[in-house]
Amino acid sequence: MMSQTIQDRRRPAAVQRVNHLSHARLPRWAQPAIAVASIAAGCGIGLAAGWHSKVQWGLLAAMIFVLASFVITTRVEGARQAKDRVATSVIWVSFILAIVPLLSLSWVTISKGIEVLDPYFLTHSMNGVLDAAPGGGLYHALLGTIEQVALAALIAAPIGLLTAIYLVEYGGGTLAKAITFFVDVMTGIPSIVAGLFILATWNLMLGFGPSGFAGSLALAILMMPVVVRSTEEMLKLVPNELREASLALGVPKWRTILKVVLPTAIGGITTGVMLAVARITGETAPVLLLVFGTKLINPNPFEGAQASLPLYVYEQYAVGTDASIARAWAGALVLIAFVMLLNLVARGIARWKAPKTGR
Amino acid sequence: MAKRIDVSGLTAYYGSHKAIEDISMTVEPRSVTAFIGPSGCGKSTFLRTLNRMHEVTPGGRVEGKVLLDDENLYASGVDPVAVRRTVGMVFQRPNPFPTMSIYDNVAAGLRLNGNYKKSQLNDIVEKSLRGANLWNEVKDRLNKPGSGLSGGQQQRLCIARAIAVEPDVLLMDEPCSALDPISTLAIEDLIGELKERFTIVIVTHNMQQAARVSDRTAFFNLAAVGQPGKLIEIDETERIFSNPSVQATEDYISGRFG
Amino acid sequence: MATTAHSEVPPPKGPAIETTKTKNKVRPGDRVFLGLSRGSGITLLVIMAAIAAFLTYRAALAISKDEGNFFTTFEWNPAGDPPVFGIAVLAFGTVVSSIIAMVIAVPVAVGIALFISHYAPRKLAAPLAYVVDLLAAVPSIIYGLWGAIFLVPYLGGLNKWLDQYMGWTYIFDKSSPGVARNLFTVGILLAIMILPIITNVTREVFLQVPRMHEEAALALGATRWEVIRMSVLPFGRSGIISASMLGLGRALGETMAVAVVLSPSFLISGHLLDPGGGTFAQNIAAKFNEADEFGRDALIASGLVLFVITLLVNGAARMIIARRKEYSGANA
Repeated sequence: MMSQTIQDRRRPAAVQRVNHLSHARLPRWAQPAIAVASIAAGCGIGLAAGWHSKVQWGLLAAMIFVLASFVITTRVEGARQAKDRVATSVIWVSFILAIVPLLSLSWVTISKGIEVLDPYFLTHSMNGVLDAAPGGGLYHALLGTIEQVALAALIAAPIGLLTAIYLVEYGGGTLAKAITFFVDVMTGIPSIVAGLFILATWNLMLGFGPSGFAGSLALAILMMPVVVRSTEEMLKLVPNELREASLALGVPKWRTILKVVLPTAIGGITTGVMLAVARITGETAPVLLLVFGTKLINPNPFEGAQASLPLYVYEQYAVGTDASIARAWAGALVLIAFVMLLNLVARGIARWKAPKTGR
Repeated sequence: MAKRIDVSGLTAYYGSHKAIEDISMTVEPRSVTAFIGPSGCGKSTFLRTLNRMHEVTPGGRVEGKVLLDDENLYASGVDPVAVRRTVGMVFQRPNPFPTMSIYDNVAAGLRLNGNYKKSQLNDIVEKSLRGANLWNEVKDRLNKPGSGLSGGQQQRLCIARAIAVEPDVLLMDEPCSALDPISTLAIEDLIGELKERFTIVIVTHNMQQAARVSDRTAFFNLAAVGQPGKLIEIDETERIFSNPSVQATEDYISGRFG
Repeated sequence: MATTAHSEVPPPKGPAIETTKTKNKVRPGDRVFLGLSRGSGITLLVIMAAIAAFLTYRAALAISKDEGNFFTTFEWNPAGDPPVFGIAVLAFGTVVSSIIAMVIAVPVAVGIALFISHYAPRKLAAPLAYVVDLLAAVPSIIYGLWGAIFLVPYLGGLNKWLDQYMGWTYIFDKSSPGVARNLFTVGILLAIMILPIITNVTREVFLQVPRMHEEAALALGATRWEVIRMSVLPFGRSGIISASMLGLGRALGETMAVAVVLSPSFLISGHLLDPGGGTFAQNIAAKFNEADEFGRDALIASGLVLFVITLLVNGAARMIIARRKEYSGANA
């Protein structure tokens, strides 16, 4: 049977062999059948035991499904295949269990939000609207958010961009290492802590009152490390040959960076900045501490309390009347739409620019 | 337990693209068969159909028959996992598992396929490493990571890993293309020893290598870029290199294209 | 380099270089640009230092007047006479809710990441990854709103069930009635929130597993699960850890979702299903409005503790990754 050349004379080292390429396998319909049976069993038991929450039915069905497919596969195909089958089941189940709340979140926000949302809602403030009464709008909050986020971006984007340029183009020294380390640290700052910092300095120490600008400062702190990180990644993608080619022509370094490096990476950089803007748009905690919220339209971000979208959602929820919760959903929908729009446009830019920067 | 491979009418696709078309050949047991041909002629694709690795690539699909002795690898009910267990493979670039020690790399296949006592495992690992001419170099550091070895040693480690499970056939996809000449020589010597026990199929870009190690040589070619690759001829290596029956083979071997 | 020799020579007729103003002043241009970019970097450092310094300063002001023990007091009354406040309850709530979130989210996120990278039909995988990417961008206040209005009633039934059948475990013993505005619900909501974040990072790492490592396992006759265990998970381990730490950082510092869902109280209870408890961030948001200046300092002190905890978590993650790198052997 086995060839003998190197084959040992010592006895025990024989390899255990499987001589069949094929073995008993479950038919293709088995897995769906087990799934259907499990769901039926889960619902049946849930109904019989009188559990109210469908969550429990689902969990039970999932457990029955995993257990049943393990037992049946072990019987028919053997332990290794059974393990593989169970891993597949567990992964499918975890995916489905996780997608349910996320789908529910999206669905609820859209379906509830659309009820109140109309042009009137988008163009009016809450001025003179009673908490329990329907009507009113979020124009003041939308305006506030746009101003605050724009100011934050104006502060954070140049600093973040230049820092990334320093790290990639001039980096290598101790200072660059320190900056890299602290940018990492800064990425992990909880948003409320950034808010507290501005509160401690701008408001408590320098004595300014709440304003949109104070919120922008905190948002800028949250945005900077994100911009540095993404810009750094993009600049690193620019091939060195391009820089060398330009320098070899006698173009000074700063012009090489401005005219060669940045244009090559501009798509990715824009995407990174926009994603960072999208992230800070949804931040509520620092805005709550620093901007304070108001029912009125305040177009001046440097003076007096302003409103903001995420804060508006929170306030309307906290009021707790039917009308205000409906407004909260509508605010949530506008906020999500705003953030998603930024995301989609950012990704669109990344895709559109990708072929040019790639390679 | 070297086995004969009988391929008939084999066609392989990547999605809608036909990579190789209507290939039939016989590979004799306990011999080395070399596949040569220009880049993109489908010789690696064909090799990967012999242990059903082709279908792992997204869109990969195969028509036709591959008989291993008398069993068709593509018959319905055949488990590709069992096929790969019987038909071992060594890749172009050495690919030991980076997180595993040398010992664990060799034992990896065995651990998947059964329960072995520690002493049995030790024996098989030693035997396989000896079989791959690597034992003397690594016997003192079996617990060190396999990724710490040189390229040539890593490739022999991969060979040891492949032969540890006692496959019937050993497929080698350009096993020396990432190695230096001395390591290449070591692998070629090893192939000469291994053919006593296994059916070996080797894809190579290097015609001298094909001439040195193989008993039979198959020449693949494609009519044009985008056209499927085809088997032009297969014969004793000596004849292919001295007096091939097809003009294209002679052109390729004498360096007129490819 | 011979830049000086070239500085008077007009640039090669490349149309891209059109400004003539700075042509002769090469060196100042470089200096200004370097100064600007280095200055930005230093600004970042100064901000970080200022954050640490000011928070510590204000916190010290508050803690020096605290008549209770800042770390062990179960009370938050900085406006009282004498002022008494401590972070014990907040630390407990923050840690417990984050642990619940991690226990649920990490395995599920790894499962989803594997699903997208190795199990899902190819046509489904790309859009799924895109959707998960977008979900990671949903603002936390919206998770909070959804959690308070939908999740809380839903989990009421689960709470009752857990109390009934798992009550003997003590932690699931619901000793006081009331809706599910408890740490357990907070943990679940946090898990749902950080799920997309962990999934995204993990999936990207899984996709980077070199094809040849997977093929090595396949060629030995490994099943799909065995391939994942032999090559995908070992390769992705440090990625999973850093992704989890990223998620943990989010969970620890999450403010609004917790503030909206939890009905807070200054109690430590091992009964996770009882309403009550609190977290650092939630407490700051809840107490901020009615706090006077001293009260705000007290809140800043608790924020400082949160800051230090997140720093430690991030540092730990970085150390784990660095150590892992040495072992994995960069031979990919």
